[in-house]
Amino acid sequence: MNVKLVAIHCQNITKIYDTGDQKVAALNGVNVDIFMGELMMLVGPSGCGKTTLISIIAGILDQTSGDCSLFGENLLALHSKDKLQFRAENIGFVFQAYNLLPSLNAAENVSVPLIINGIKRSIAERKAADMLEKVGLGARTKSLPAELSGGQQQRVAIARALIHSPRLIVCDEPTSALDHESGHNIMQLMKAVALDQQRVLVIVTHDARIFSFADRIAEMDDGHIVNVVNSAAELK
Amino acid sequence: MNHIALKMLMGDKGKYLGIIMGLTFASLIMTQQPAIFVGLMARSYSFISDVGLPDIWVMDPKVQFIDDIKPLQETELYRVRGISGIEWAMPLYKGLLKARLTDGTFQTCNVIGLDDATLIGGPAVMLEGKLSDLRRSDGVIVDIDGAKDKLGKPVTIPGGKNTPLKIGDSLELNDRRAIVVGIAKVTRTFQSQPVVYTTFSRAKAYAPQERRMLSFVLVKAKPGQNLDELIQRIETNTGLAAYTQEGFKKLTYTYFLKNTGIPINFGITIALGFIVGTAIAGQTFYNFTLENLRQFGVLKAMGASNDTLLRMILLQAVLVGGIGYGLGVGIAALFGFLMRNTILAFKMPWQLLVFSGMGVALICVIVAIVSILKVIRLEPAIVFKS
Repeated sequence: MNVKLVAIHCQNITKIYDTGDQKVAALNGVNVDIFMGELMMLVGPSGCGKTTLISIIAGILDQTSGDCSLFGENLLALHSKDKLQFRAENIGFVFQAYNLLPSLNAAENVSVPLIINGIKRSIAERKAADMLEKVGLGARTKSLPAELSGGQQQRVAIARALIHSPRLIVCDEPTSALDHESGHNIMQLMKAVALDQQRVLVIVTHDARIFSFADRIAEMDDGHIVNVVNSAAELK
Repeated sequence: MNHIALKMLMGDKGKYLGIIMGLTFASLIMTQQPAIFVGLMARSYSFISDVGLPDIWVMDPKVQFIDDIKPLQETELYRVRGISGIEWAMPLYKGLLKARLTDGTFQTCNVIGLDDATLIGGPAVMLEGKLSDLRRSDGVIVDIDGAKDKLGKPVTIPGGKNTPLKIGDSLELNDRRAIVVGIAKVTRTFQSQPVVYTTFSRAKAYAPQERRMLSFVLVKAKPGQNLDELIQRIETNTGLAAYTQEGFKKLTYTYFLKNTGIPINFGITIALGFIVGTAIAGQTFYNFTLENLRQFGVLKAMGASNDTLLRMILLQAVLVGGIGYGLGVGIAALFGFLMRNTILAFKMPWQLLVFSGMGVALICVIVAIVSILKVIRLEPAIVFKS
């Protein structure tokens, strides 16, 4: 019997933003478990709380109430220094706008997580070059982000998210700035390079073209997860 | 992370140069203007520096600065000479007299009368002639700037330059003939009057007759003599005031600091330079941080601590501060070098470099703190906003 290990456990998560005049509830009691080796997509209309949820899962935002544990670690209970270290070692990020540092070349951008983890720059950049090779950009290690296409920049971002072998990769709209073919290629790359039994991928997306890559899809609305399905066809 | 910080800083060349220029401007203003101020203040006591040889200057107790002459009776010279611990004591006359030029116009001169026998207090650098030529009949030595400019022979062609005085030319000092026997190089004084050296007895003859004609007594202490004790003895025994060379310089520039608007005027310029420099550098650096906020957010999300980001910003601030300071000081020094032979006063002692260095450092600290606060308050979740 195949036992699934829970990587992320969210129980009754709420998040209320205090804007001074009024309080806005972005999450109203989210419950979800995400398993090791799984590619989970969070979908739903704008403002439904997807980004807030992955921010909390990734430990860059604190929930107002509820429990969120990542690989058995309750991030809210961690000291801020330990939380930083946990994030540095265990989480990789892929953003909609790539968020590459414009003055660093591809290899330098990819090496950033290793440098944050205390690896020497020369070693980090050598590893980064190897990782760029894996994502098909071995010839562009010295290129600045501005010299790369959108798809290539996203590949650099994926290499950056993987370089330090994190156990969780969170992606925010990784394909929405790309054309259909580039988006498809990026998702294929992610599945091929990023996903294994020791890792979990959580992707926030509006892009229905990539739903087929998901192992499960969690549909969100108004701060709740309203539906969790195994394929796009099951979505309401 | 230092490498990343430097790459971020230099990534946008335009903004990088903008920050450097702001700090260069502030550093330049905070170095060049005080250098002119220090130069002016140094001119107030340049005559004391030029005389050089004596250890102690003795004068009327009411004298407030070098040009504030309150003549003494000549008998004071002998009273000073009678005090123990003194190697020698010589008279010095210093007064403003009118020289009549060849075209009939008058020019006020700073006439210095030196001890007839020893000529102590004479100019250190003779460009033409010898100091001992002062012993020749009616002999005077004129400073080169005065000889070229204010005491020069006026030309008949409108707009032409004066013909410089040369050895053998004559002047009239208070209706008495004076023959130029030498040209000397002296440090410019605050008033920039021509300086005319002659002997003490001849200076008395040139000056309008008064009962008291002795301006200062120049004193050399015996070797090993404690100057403070000697000053005490002179003051106790004669009732006169006595200062070391440095003490007399301090008395002089303190008078100028307290009684002229010069420090306030220069202070305002320096303060403006500081404020404008801070504004330009601060604005550019702060904008640089704001524009890089998302990048700092990405680093924060990836696990970079606030301490790491602070070190990055400090490194960036120290680098632009160092470069701006170096350029500003360099330009100020070049300015001083190019102006070395002009009337402009300019002096750049090491204390001034420390002062402007501290000014630039303060700007960098202010700028860095403002930027750092922004980064500390930054929520890493900003990275998910498109």
